This record gives sequence, structure tokens and C-alpha cells, in this order.
Amino acid sequence: MKNRGLAFKLILLVLSSVTLIFLLIFGYNYMYSRKIIIENVEKNAMNLARATVNQIDIVLTSIEKVPENLAYVLGRSLCAGEELNDLLKYIVQNNKEIYGSTVAFEPRAYDGEKERYAPYFYKSGDEIKYSDLGTASYQYFFQDWYQIPKELNRPVWTEPYFDEGGGNIIMSTYSVPFYRTVEGKKGIAGIITSDISLSWLQEIVASIKIAKTGYGFLISQNGTFVTHPKKELVMNETIFSQAEARGDEELRRIGREMIHGESGFVPFRSILTGKLCWMVYAPLSSSKWSLGVLFPQDELMADVVRLNKIVIILGVLGFVFLLLVIVFIARSITRPLSVLAGAAEDIATGNLDVAIPEIKTGDEVGKLAQSFDYMKTSLKQYIADLTETTAAKERIESELQIAHDIQMGILPKIFPPFPDMPEFDLYATIEPAREVGGDLFDFFFLDDEHLCFNVGDVSGKGVPASLFMAITKTLIKTRATKGMTPEIVLNQVNQDLSEDNPSLLFVTLFLGTLNIKDGTLEYCNGGHNPPYIIRASGEIEAVEMTGGIALGVMEDFSFQSKRVVLNKGDAIFIYSDGVTEAMNSKLELFSEKRLEGELDRLKGLPVGDIIAGVMEKIHEFSQDEPQTDDITMLIIQYNGS
Amino acid sequence: MVNVKMREKCKLLIAVTLFMIIVCVAPAEGDALKKASFIPQWVPQAQFAGYYIGLEKGIYRKHGIDLTIITGGPDYSPSELLTDGRADFASLWLSTGIQMRAGGEKILNIAQIMQRSALMLVAKKASGIERPRDINGRKVGLWGPVFQIQPRAFFKKYGLTVQVVPQSFSVNLFLRDGVDVASAMWYNEYHTILNCGIEPGELTTFFFHEHDLNFPEDGIYVLEETYRRDPALCAAFVLASIEGWRYAFDHPGEALAVTMRNLQKEHIPTTLVHQKWMLERMKDLILPEKGGDAGMGGLLPADYSRVARGLRSIGLIESVPRFTSFYKVIRDSDEK
Repeated sequence: MKNRGLAFKLILLVLSSVTLIFLLIFGYNYMYSRKIIIENVEKNAMNLARATVNQIDIVLTSIEKVPENLAYVLGRSLCAGEELNDLLKYIVQNNKEIYGSTVAFEPRAYDGEKERYAPYFYKSGDEIKYSDLGTASYQYFFQDWYQIPKELNRPVWTEPYFDEGGGNIIMSTYSVPFYRTVEGKKGIAGIITSDISLSWLQEIVASIKIAKTGYGFLISQNGTFVTHPKKELVMNETIFSQAEARGDEELRRIGREMIHGESGFVPFRSILTGKLCWMVYAPLSSSKWSLGVLFPQDELMADVVRLNKIVIILGVLGFVFLLLVIVFIARSITRPLSVLAGAAEDIATGNLDVAIPEIKTGDEVGKLAQSFDYMKTSLKQYIADLTETTAAKERIESELQIAHDIQMGILPKIFPPFPDMPEFDLYATIEPAREVGGDLFDFFFLDDEHLCFNVGDVSGKGVPASLFMAITKTLIKTRATKGMTPEIVLNQVNQDLSEDNPSLLFVTLFLGTLNIKDGTLEYCNGGHNPPYIIRASGEIEAVEMTGGIALGVMEDFSFQSKRVVLNKGDAIFIYSDGVTEAMNSKLELFSEKRLEGELDRLKGLPVGDIIAGVMEKIHEFSQDEPQTDDITMLIIQYNGS
Repeated sequence: MVNVKMREKCKLLIAVTLFMIIVCVAPAEGDALKKASFIPQWVPQAQFAGYYIGLEKGIYRKHGIDLTIITGGPDYSPSELLTDGRADFASLWLSTGIQMRAGGEKILNIAQIMQRSALMLVAKKASGIERPRDINGRKVGLWGPVFQIQPRAFFKKYGLTVQVVPQSFSVNLFLRDGVDVASAMWYNEYHTILNCGIEPGELTTFFFHEHDLNFPEDGIYVLEETYRRDPALCAAFVLASIEGWRYAFDHPGEALAVTMRNLQKEHIPTTLVHQKWMLERMKDLILPEKGGDAGMGGLLPADYSRVARGLRSIGLIESVPRFTSFYKVIRDSDEK
């Protein structure tokens, strides 16, 4: 997933969401429509079962009336002989449903003599025939139709039976006991029966057709199939023997509910087709038999199933369509992006002339392409500018290098400068912070005895400072002539600098003259760091201030000189603030204290080594910290005349 | 491929050879076959599966008998057919046999097929009958005299006074509560009751063999005269019948198929599950797990005297015939 393309992610997420939504809607729709159908089926099924049961009951109850009425009559009159025969014949003749009828008497109940007598009239073709059932072989007393109503003292419908004489039709008999009072004692006198063919009943039930394979069936009180589309079950099997044959406990349970006169609506597996059905069952109120009607689930669900199939097909088509649309959209996004990615790789290798594909979609991708093109153009412009700037900078740098060389060129750089003069040793060094600096130092003889020397520090840095330094150095050289004292030189130089100083630069300056014959040092300090005198005895002392300020600030300032005498071995150390203000990474300054310590450590060494020693310490102190100010040091050791 | 064909050819050859042998031998046997007839008490249900499968499988022919089984049923009385010579062998209850012998009929029991009594009384627990004494004062459905010996002995044993209602062949009177207690054969009516939707747990059953009233039922009977004339035929018939029963118990599927076919031929409605139940019960009755000391087809003197004394006690017979004059031992040689 992580490394898959945009199209894949889109397809996966969108389609899985859509599928989920579709399945939810589909499932709900299916469940709901199924529920509605089941509810409708149940309602219709109950109605159908009740209607059919009523239809049958109407016929059966009307038949029940005939022997019941006859029982009433026979219970009150001693109707016998031809009279009784005519009555029975009439009943059979005038009730089309009644197939046969008898009055079976208890022993001696007919005429006080006959052990058994049962005149029986029955239809045979178009004729009405007679026979006496009271034969020794038939033993009607032990027949169900006689014995059960007699023992129960109430009318009963017998279990359906095959009539062996009448062409294998299923019959049932309604038997009604009748009573007579003999010698003041009421007792059973016999049983009156009506035999009916159940063909019409079978037809009614057989006419129930639900969808293609749904059907109705009727079971007797014993659970025997009275009607069923599967002929071999009829009058042969009970619903319980079927349950046993199939090992179907549920069928047995339903069968028990049916024969117990209950009604219901249950799932049921068809005995005929094996299909899963719903079955409604309801009892006949007359004979206590039970009607079952089967509604094949799949056939009733056929419409829903067909609808669902169509919905699924539409869903699948929609799925495919959506897939294509997403692929199209994803492609329209990813194709320009891939092209842009390719262009970006080209640009990364430095090819800024690569053509950015023109995307006219106007959407985010189009804007990206435009931005990309703009970026490329800007980058190209920037690189062109950079090249130009770099060239200019290089030129300036080279010019600065030249300026550096020139600046260094105007400073004395040969040491020892006066090798033939043993009266003193002199050493100086300068280390500009940039190519060109604002520090200066110089020394020269005013006459045979007086060595003039100075160290200055122009405010600011860089080119302006260096130019100002050059001016200052030149002015000092011009003004310091024979017989001039440091204060005069400083006054004049100050005036010269102040007169025309548009940049408002200034310079601190220490200028001294050393009489090499007697060691007298006359000096004037124009706002510069006080130098140190390193006595031959080892003492280090700061040169006393002269109260001067930096040059170029006040034109009329009057500088004053002071004198100090250097004895043999004494030295003066002059430096710019670049020494004491050198910083390390902890922003600590090198400071006068460290400098004094260094001078104390290095005293007695040759002058060049002292300067080199201090310089080494400064570098050691500031480590890699960039140098912020020019560093200038000058030392003169007086050796006596 | 070749091997298979070869094998097929060999099989065919063997089959043809066997067929030839049978064809050649059969006529010779046919000449020697003795004609005999047999009448069971009732229709060709699984109660007689052993005889019918024996006929079907040629077991009787194997024993040298060309047997005809007379289809029994309500129209035929096996005892009558036996005594008037229309049937050589008959299946009768032991009690019937003893009664006939005591009544002067010269008949012999040559095999007591059923070792145990299948007759029982059954009641609905809903009617409050759970123990023998609960039957007192109730309506009890009883069949004809032969079927009343045990119930009456039972009532006597427990001191019960009951209202006897003659019971027909259907159990509907019981199902509709016309009687509180009904007679039933374990292998027949009891199952019919179950298949009318009554649970076994809803019924109380009284098996007579559990109340010291075991009256073994179906046995094979022959006229003394027949036995004297051709004891070999009698022995062959008994051995073939026992072999038939063994075959039926070992091949219940085949036995049931034959039974169903015979019943359908007679247009007698039945169900396979009912016949299956009946055959399984026959095995319980013919080869009981407990008892059966007499061996298959044997009659124990104790069983004989119990039944005979039972008959005498209610006046159905006056004196008990001698056991040895009643029963002739024919043993399946496999038994020993």
C-alpha cells in the first residue's frame, strides 16, 4: 500500500468503500423485502388455510346433522322394519355426499331377540343397495365406527379408510350413538352412521396450488395422510412414520401440534420436493383432522431473488464503470505528474533548458506545472545572476588583494630596518582583519639622533579605513620633519585630517621620538592604547597618558607631549586594540592582563621573538574565531649609545 | 487393460461354469424335493420374514423342500388349516399349541421360534397409570381368548379388577381414550401407537416377560402323523426356517425388501419403518440378549410348564400334556 501508486490507492479505497456501502444497502433491501414477503405469505397462508378448512367443515357439519337428527328420532320412537329401511334409503338417496348409512343395534335392542342387526343402505352405481351388516364374520361391535362412539358416548368421525367394496375410494364414517330408555333405564341402543366418500375433500385439497410446487395435504387424527400429492403416502403413512423414515424430529413435533388441533406457520421441508417451504396448518373443527399448506420459499422469493440478481448485476456494472472512471481520473493526475517528475530529475542534473510539458487542465496539477515552469525560469535567472555576481566579487577580491599588497607595500617590512645601528632593536608586524586594514605603523629618522615612530588605528575597517590610514601615514611622514616634537606633529596632522574629513573617520595615534644618544623618549598619544615599557630590570609599566584624543575629530585640539627616558635594555611595546580585544569563542577578550602576562613571560628575548610570541598567544587564544580587528604591534629596545 | 479384460473373461467363465453346475444339479434335486406347505398366523409382515426370505433365497430348496407359504390373514385360521391337513406346518402361539394338544389335537411343537412374549399392555401416563395397581377399575382393551391368558394372569397376580372391553385390530379406541389400557404386540401395535404421534415417554408399558409371565409365542407346529411319517422333512423345515431367520437378521435390507414386496402384493398398507421396527423386535424376541437358554428354536420345560399351568389355572385346559409328547427337539447342528 505504502509504495503503491496513486491510482492503486484511489481504486482500493474508493471501490472498497463503495462495495461496502452497496452491500449494506443490498443486504438491508434483501432482508426487508424478505420480511415483507414472509409477513404477506403468513397472512395469506392463514387466510387460505382458514378458508379451505371452513369449506370442508361446512360440508362435514352438514353431513353430521343427518345421523344426529336420526339419532334424535330413533331415541324416541321404535322405528323398525320397512319404516326404518325406507328412512335409511331415503337418507342415502337424498344426500349426495352420503355414500351409505346404517343403524347398528346393540344386542337385542332391535326387537328384543336379534343379537345383532344393522340394515345398511349404500350407493352402488345409480342404485341404492341393501345389506345386513349383522353377520357373524363382520362382528360390527368391534369395529371402530361402532366401538369408539359407544365407549366415548359421543359422535365421532372415524379414521379414514379404504372402502374395499366401492372401488378403492377413501371413506370416513360419522357415527352417532342413540339411546333408549328400557324399563326406566336409559342405555345405548345402537350407532347410526353416515359413510361419506372423501373424494370431494381430496379434490378441494388437491386444488390448492401455491406457485409451482406448493400444495396442500390433510392428515387424520392419527396423523395418517388423507390427501397428499405423493400418492403412496395416502392412507398408508402417518406424518410420524415419515418423520421416523427421515429421522426428522422437527417433522414429528409439527405433526404432534397438528393432531392436537393447533394451528401455526412454520418452516417446513417439503416431503414431495425436499424444498424448504413455509407451512401453515389449521385443524378441521368437525373431524379434528388437520390441513397443511406448503408455500415453497424459493418460488415465493423468486421475484425478490430476481430483483436481487438484477441489483447485483447493476452493482457489478457500476463497479466496473467506477473502476474505469477512477483509472481515468488517476491517470489524468498521475500522467502529468510523472512527466513533471521526469523533468524535475532532468533539472536536478543541471539541465535547466528541459521543456516543461504544457498542461492546460487549469486544476491543481496544471497550477503545479505552471509553478514548476516558473521555478525553472527563476532558477535559471538566479543562476545567471549568481554567475554574474560571482564574477563581480572575484574582480573586487582581486582588486582588494592588489590594495592589500599596496597597503603592505607602504609599511616598512624589512627587519631589522637599521642593521648598522646598534643603539636600538626594532620590530613591528601588522595582521589586517580583512584584505586591507585601518592600522598603521611607521618609523623613520628625523635627523641623525631622533628616531620617529608611530602606531595608529583608524576607526572602521576595510577600504575606507585603509585609505584614511594611507592619508594619515603620508601626513605624518610629511609633517614629521627635523626638529618637530610629537605634539606639533599630532596637532598639524590633526588639523590636516579634520579639515577635509567628509567620512568623519578618525584615527588614534601614538607617536614618539627616541633620542638614540641618550634614550630620551618624547611622545604624544592621540587616544591610543597606552604602550608598555619593559624595563631591563624586568618591570613592565604602562606609558603615562598624555590626555590626547583621536585625530580627525576636533580640529583645534591641542596635543601635549610627555617624556620618558629609556635606559639601556629598556623597551617600549606599542600595539593596537586588535591585540587586547581579540576574542575567543566564549566572547572573552584577550585583555591587557593577558598581554602584560605575555610580555612578562617573553621579556629578555629578542624583539622579533617577543612580537612572534605575543602573536602566537593571540592565535592560540582566539582559536578559529574569525579576527575582527587589525592586529598591529611595534617594539623598540634601547641598547644605549 | 489386457489384464482387466483377462480377469473379466475369467469371471465370466467361472460364472458360466457355476450356472452349468446349478442347471445340471437342480433337476436332480428337483426330483428329490418334497412338497410342503406352511401357514403363518397373519399377513406376510416382518413377523414372518425368516420364512419368506428362506423361500426367496432358496434355503428351503437347499434343505430339500419345495415349500408353499399360504398367505395368512383374517380369513385363515392356521390351526384349522393344520388340523384339516391343508397345511403341513403352521406357526402358532405356544398357548394355542398347548390348548390344542390338551384338547386332543395330535399336534407337535417342533420349534419354539420366539423365546419371549411380545404381548404387552400399554397405557397413557396422562390417564394416571404408571404401576400395575393403577389399572384397577379401568377399562382395558383385550383381544380374543389366546391374548387374554397373560393379561388375566397379570390382573390376578396384582389383584386387579378391570372392565374388559373387546379390542379390535386397530388401536384407535385406545388413541381416542375409549379404553385406558390397550393390548399391543411390541413389534406391531406399540409402534403403530408411536407412529400416531404419541411419544414413548408418554406411555406406560407392561411387558409380561418382565412380570414373570413370559409366554413365548410363535412356534412351528406339525401333525404328529406328519412327524411320524417324515421326521426328516420336519427337521429340514425347522433347520431351513432357522437358517432363514438368521439370514433375515444378517441381511435386514433384503428381508425388508421381500416383506414390503409381499405386503404390497396383498395390498396391505404398511410402511418400511414399521416393518423395520418389527424385524428388529423379532430379533429381540427370537434371539433375546438375556435368556435364550433353549437355543434358537428350542423350548424350555420351564416356559412350557408356565404357559400350561397358566392355561389350566384359568380353565382353558383341564390337564397339562406331557412336555415330551408335545415338543420334539430338532436342533440346528450349528448350535452345538
